Parts: sequence; structure tokens; C-alpha cells
Amino acid sequence: MYGVKTDWFDAPPGCHYELEDYEGATARWCPGCGDHAVLTAIQRLCRDEQLPPEKTVMVSGIGCSSRFPHYMKTFGFHGLHGRALPLAEGIVSRRPDLHVFVSTGDGDCCSIGAGHWIHSIRYNMNMTVMLFDNNVYGLTKNQTSPTSTRGQATNTHPRGAWLDPINPIQTTLGVTNCSFVAQTIDWNPAHLMATLQAAHRHKGMSFVRILQRCPHYTDGIFDFARNDPSNLLFMAHADGIDLEGPAGKLFTNRVEHDPADIHKAREYASGEHGLPIGLFYRNPNAQRYDEFCTEGLATPRADKVAALRSVLDSYRI
Amino acid sequence: MEQAIHSQKTNPSAPVKQVRQQIVEVVSDSGEGAQTAGQLFGSVCAKSGAGVWTVEIIPAEIEPPARSRAGASGIRIRFGTEEITNMGDTADLVVAFNEQVLYSRIDQGALREGTILVLDRVWASHADEQIRSAYAAAVEDFRSRGYDIRELPLEEEVLKHVDNPRRGKNTWVVGMMAAWYSMDIQPFLDEVQLLFERKRKGPKVVESNHRLLRAGYQWGLDNLPDRMSVPLVPSEQAKVVMNGNTAVALGCMAAGIELCSMYPITPATSASHYLASVFDKAGGFVHQAEDEIAAVGFAIGASYAGKTAVTITSGPGMALKTELIGLAVMAEIPLVIVDVQRGGPSTGLPTKVEQGDLLHALWGHPGDAPKVVMAPSTIGECFHFMVTARKLAETFRTPVIVLTDANLATGQAPFPYPELSEDWLSPPVDQSPWVVGTRPYEWDAETGLSPRPIPGQRGGEYVLTGLAHDQESHIAYESAINQHSSEMRSRKMAALRSTLRPPEVFGDAEGDLLVVGWGSTRGAIEEAVETCRAEGLAVSSTHLRFIAPMEPGLTEIFAGFENVMTVEINYSDEGNSFIDEEGRRRSQLAVVLRSATLKDVDSWSRVPGAPLPPMIIAEAIRARLGEVK
Repeated sequence: MYGVKTDWFDAPPGCHYELEDYEGATARWCPGCGDHAVLTAIQRLCRDEQLPPEKTVMVSGIGCSSRFPHYMKTFGFHGLHGRALPLAEGIVSRRPDLHVFVSTGDGDCCSIGAGHWIHSIRYNMNMTVMLFDNNVYGLTKNQTSPTSTRGQATNTHPRGAWLDPINPIQTTLGVTNCSFVAQTIDWNPAHLMATLQAAHRHKGMSFVRILQRCPHYTDGIFDFARNDPSNLLFMAHADGIDLEGPAGKLFTNRVEHDPADIHKAREYASGEHGLPIGLFYRNPNAQRYDEFCTEGLATPRADKVAALRSVLDSYRI
Repeated sequence: MEQAIHSQKTNPSAPVKQVRQQIVEVVSDSGEGAQTAGQLFGSVCAKSGAGVWTVEIIPAEIEPPARSRAGASGIRIRFGTEEITNMGDTADLVVAFNEQVLYSRIDQGALREGTILVLDRVWASHADEQIRSAYAAAVEDFRSRGYDIRELPLEEEVLKHVDNPRRGKNTWVVGMMAAWYSMDIQPFLDEVQLLFERKRKGPKVVESNHRLLRAGYQWGLDNLPDRMSVPLVPSEQAKVVMNGNTAVALGCMAAGIELCSMYPITPATSASHYLASVFDKAGGFVHQAEDEIAAVGFAIGASYAGKTAVTITSGPGMALKTELIGLAVMAEIPLVIVDVQRGGPSTGLPTKVEQGDLLHALWGHPGDAPKVVMAPSTIGECFHFMVTARKLAETFRTPVIVLTDANLATGQAPFPYPELSEDWLSPPVDQSPWVVGTRPYEWDAETGLSPRPIPGQRGGEYVLTGLAHDQESHIAYESAINQHSSEMRSRKMAALRSTLRPPEVFGDAEGDLLVVGWGSTRGAIEEAVETCRAEGLAVSSTHLRFIAPMEPGLTEIFAGFENVMTVEINYSDEGNSFIDEEGRRRSQLAVVLRSATLKDVDSWSRVPGAPLPPMIIAEAIRARLGEVK
């Protein structure tokens, strides 16, 4: 009934992965959707980092962005609305050998899954979390999301959203034990790629908010920054996310920000100096819950039986 | 010292009456250690060869006001020469640290005329006039109810040995009870040592408790006029004694489960507490999630990643987990879920027993969500069903819901020392290397079974989804595919059912009435049936362990009886002027059985927030057979 071998955990024999080794079903997002750019970046990242597809797991909740796993040729878990994070945590908990990515949206993460979001930051388990933030519920057709701007007209608030949006970066930076917080944009592939790469290389939970447009409902929301990049605040630092060459030259409004400085990080996160992109904060020494979860993973079966027997013996009559 | 005590055991001045079994209760304010005392007494009884069932009496608050009627905290111990399968009817002896807590026992129908009530006479001379008069009034009342009242100097005696009577009365009382039932004191001394060592207390605590035990024992020998003895024959067979939640926890370990993901909820939490204290020895981990939903999500994630996981909860937690359990059904993720049922709906009766989650477990999910639902009926089954549940979850790629309840959770009874198998601890079925070309849902057309790819298996890459999907796990909205995949998930239940045996009938295979039960009520039902059969009634009973899939052979078994009636601890309508047979809301198993067998299955059910005593079930049987005495 039960198997005995576990040798599929072993690394596969040397082989080289190409981009197409990560390409799953044809993406069915709308033309012009920012999600396409993220998909391309992640496929490139997997190729560049040579992540074995069988050891890579894309986890998601529900929403447009959560279709992400279907378009990869790795393992995937397209879960339930708001629940991507607990599912991903469970996967990581006893499988430190896997590379886990989470795609979630502003509704998925910041609304229905907000409780899990807060706790996942504190757990700081090794995974890359991508918040696809397009300020709207797209898949269910244009409802207000927690990040919709005040006055944004949607089907649930046709005369405009009443309240100011939640700021996901400030929220994340406010939670004890956060370890990697970055923000990037869907219209600059180089910065997107560099950010995701830094996020993947970080050990712990990397939280990346990707500012992203929905061609149907929020197409113009970032025009002010796309048309005039000086409206973006580019946070640069030797320990941060930097861009060399022409891609970097685009960003004229630059600031030196040491990602070890959480107070400055919180200040920039407020947006008062411009829409910030780059690495707000990184703490490689934050506690990692997954290092506790894996305790006892290699306990031999005979030891387990012996332990059980000794416990049972204490109830023996 | 010990020799001296032993020599006095046969004190001729105290006549000893032989009895076959006894029901003893120790009740107190919360925090006075009545439960610890009772467990100690129960453990020694079990170790001495007695049949034992103990059940905790738990107040809703951690520390309700002292001397309050609703604040009773304590334990009932039923022990006897033969095997004991339930908590029984009314108590023979109740030791009450104060008289007020007895009222909640009276409300529960736990006492009868002639029950010996041991009261602490310290209250009669208390400094507070109000307390003195309340005590006097209660004693007067108890006397009028026909209880056999003994006002004993409990606190007075305890104060000779310790400064704080709240921290010693319990142990002293156990010593006294040992004398009352003419038991040897040594096993109690041994048990106290074991108990406090397990709690990592030092020799001073052990020594002090030994002193109290001996003192209570000596006092009992010297002063009790009507000592009793229950003949006990130590069992040849090795046994363990524990409560149902501990059995579930140890069952998880025996089943090779390595992750318990939980959120605190009464009365389930103690199973996870227990795992948290010992799981690391077997390489396991307890995750306390941020909420019930995350708890099951985490377990599902681990299971998807090829690890064996359990989540342990109660009714309100089940309600919250509903959506993710549905996902596990849809995406065929193995998962063991333990629901330690309590009174519902809503917050209901958190510490009290009910069997009210059956229909939710079976049908509480949107759409068709076939899954395994099983219910252990004894403490021993709480242990073994975990092994079965894990095996079924993986073989049939399905969630398995194990329904226990507050009665099993806190009830303690001995069961044979389990014969463990190393095979039980194996990792999930190994399918490496993944056969290239095998689809992630390669459903066998007959059984619906399919192999399961696990992350790490080369060539097994697929995207699991809770959306309707085809055999490739691709999202599929086509009507034929949805029909087919629904069929395949349902087929698995039929396949499992084909391996089950019909339930056994307790009593004759034919008669006037068949009582059908499930879960923790088995012992009480069978005792009631035995009583009624001894009176000449043609009644039998049967007990279901699997509700989904339903155990086979029921139609044939039911055919042997004029009437079939379930006995359950959940709500059903009793007839009144505007409730007719058609509109009557029936108890939960009855609903299921009627639809499965087309038999006019009647139900008798109650929601007293307590286990059903055999006597009350027997009354219901007599009434059903028109032979009310």
C-alpha cells in the first residue's frame, strides 16, 4: 500500500533548461494586460536560475493574476480566493527543496486574504510573493478593490470609491519580521526582472508589489508615471535593485536608499516623494518559521516507531 | 509506614460490602484539582484490572466564581469488574468540595435517591454567615431529595498536612476513596509519582502528595463505616488507558502523519496540545495557524507537496474550513480532518457533546463533494481510525473526515496496547519515476482511482486547480467533462464501499426494533439494548463506523426488524399539533438512512449537552415498543 522510496527528492542529472521548458498553456489574459510581462520575467528568471521545473511550484489564489500557474510548465497550485499564502506555507513547511512563487492580486491578498497576508509576513517562510496590483477586481468585472483610488468609478461604486486606498507596502513594512519588500512596474521589463531576481535570491518571504494596468478597467492609472518617469522615485543603492545601461537612465528622480533602513523605507513607502520603485527593505537575518517547521524531517522510521512506543508505554497499564 | 497501612486494610471494625461496579464523581470549584484526582483514581482502577470509563465535568469558564452552581468542575469515574463502555446512569458516590456545585449535577440528572454525597463540613462553620446559611439550606434540600449525606472533615484533615487546602484536598480525597473501595494504596503512590514526573515536578511535590494520599487513606480506614470493594482481576493483555483526544493524537503519530495544522477550538484543542508535547520525538510538527481556514490550507499545501497532514477542529472550525475541504475534494488532495463535535449551531455548547455535524460533513459543501466520513465509537477506535483515515485519504486521493465528539475527547477508557507497524509510517505511495504520458488524473474508469504526481517528480508537473478540469488538470468548462469528472470522484466512494463489510448486529438478527447508532453512543446503546433484552424485549442494535460511503448490507439487516430507529445526540422534532410525519425534522443519521434504504427509519434524539445515559435510552426503547413501565 505505502511506498518506500523517496529518491524523487534527489536532484535530477545535469541538464540545461531553456525558456520553453517553463512555458505552459497559452496565456489567456487580455491583450495589453500587465500580467504578460510578469509571466515573461518569471520564465526568464527560472531559465536564468536553472530552476528544475519539477522542483518549482507556482501557487495562486483566485483572480486574473492567479491564472499564472496555468501558463507555466512547472508544478502549480491554483487555489482558492485569498488562500494562496496558507497553501504556499504548507508546501514550504516540509519541503525546503522546492522553489515556491505566489501570484496574488490586490483583491486576493489585500481584501479576502488580508489576514493570511499579515501573518505570512511574520512567518517569513522562504517564498517569493508577487502582488499583481491593478487597483481593481478584473476577473469579476470591475469592482472596487482595497487599492482602488478614491473616486475611481467601478460597478460597485459607480459614483467613485469613497475611501482612500490601503497602501500595501506600508502595511507590509509595518508587520514584525518582514524581511524583503520591493515595488516594481509592469512597463519596465528590466526593473521587473531585476526585482524578481533579487526577490527569488532572498531567503525568506520576498514581497514584491507589481504596479500593473488592467487594459479594461484601469488602463490609464499609471499614465502619469509612464509618460513622465520623473514622477517615479527610483530608490537606488549598492545593496538594492539597480539598473545599468539605458534602462536605468530613464529614471531621473533618484534617491540613495539603504534597504537596511526601515524608517526611511517607511517614509518612501508613503509616496510623498513620488511613486517609489525599488527595494524598500531587506533583512536577511529575520527569523524564518520554515526553519522550525522542518525540524525532525529526516527522522528515520525506526526512531519514529520507538518514540511512539515510548509514549504509548507511558499510558500502559 | 506503608506496612502499617497495609496491616490495617482488613480492619475488622469496618465491614466491606462487595459490589460489581460503581459510579463515583468528584466535583469542585474550578482549579481545585478534582479532574486530576479523578484521572488518578481512574488510572489506578484501570491498572488494577477494572473496566473504566471516566468523563470530565467541565465548566465553560476557566475560573468561574467560587461556589457557583454553574461552575462545577470535576470528573465521573465509572469502574467495575467487567468492561465499561460508557459513563452510565446516576452516581453511587459523589465527593463535593462545596455543596453549591452539586446543583449543576442535579440539573444533569446525575444523582438519584440513595446516592452517597460527601460534603465538606467546613462550610457549616464558615465565618461568612451567608455561606453558612446557604450550606444549611442546601443540605436540607439534599436530604429532602433522599441523598445519603455524609458531612466529613475534608478541609480540616487536609490542613493538618498542607497550608493551602485548594492545593491538596484532591489528593487527600483520592486516598480516602482508595480506602472506601478497599484498594491497595501502593498503586496510587506509584501513579502520583508518574503523574508529577510527567508534569516535570520535583520530588518535593511528589513527597507532599504521597503524604496527603496516605493521610486520606488512613483517615478512610479509621473512619468510614461502610467500605466497599469491587473485585478486580488484573488483565493478562497489555493495555493502555487515555482519553479520545490523546488517542487521536497518538493515532496521528502511528499513522505516519507528520504535520498537524490547527487553530485553537474547544473541545478539539487538547489533541493538538498533546501532539505538541510529543510530536517532535517522532519528527512531527504542530502548526498553530492564524485561523481555521489557514489551518486547513496549510495542511492541504503540505499534503499536495507529498507530506501527510491532519487538521483537528470542531464544528465552528468545520464551517470555516468548508471551502478548502471542497477544494481538496475537487482537486483530489489527500487530507485527514478530525472534527471533535460539540453542541451547535454557532458557538453553541463549546465544552459539551453533540453529534450535530454529520450532515455538514456529508453535504455541507457547494456542489457534489463526495468524501469519506467515518466515526470511531470507542477510545481505541480513535487511535486506530487515524491509521485507517490516512491510508484511505491517500489510496482514494480524498479528504477523510473523522467525527469524534466531546464525550470521546475527554472520556478515558483502556484499550489493548496497539500493535504498531512500521509500514504505517511510510511516506505517501511512491510513484517514481513518473511514467511519462501519465496524466495527473489518469482515472480508472471503474474505480475513479488515479496516481498522484507530487512536486519533485520529474515529468509529473501539472497545475492543480479547484476549477472544473479534465484529466490533464486543464481548466475545462465543457459539459461532458464536468459530468465525467464528477462521476469519477463519486466512483471512488463506490469503490471504497465495495471493500467494506456490513455492520454487526448486537443481539438477534430479527426482532421488533433495531436501534442504529454512530459514534460515541455505542457503549450506552448496547448497554440499554442489553437491559431491554433481559426484560424480554425483542430489540437489537447496530453501529455504523462509515457514514460515507455508507456501510453495505443495511437494507438486508433492516429487513429483519419491524421497526428501525436511530439514537443520536442531535436535534429532531417530537410530534406536536402542527408537526406531521412528512414535515418532521429528523435526526441526522435517520435522514441519511431513509434516503439510502427507503425504510421508514424513525429517530429518537436529544441534545442535553451530555452523553446519553443507558437508562434514558432504555426508556426510549420501551416507549418505542409501547411498553412504558
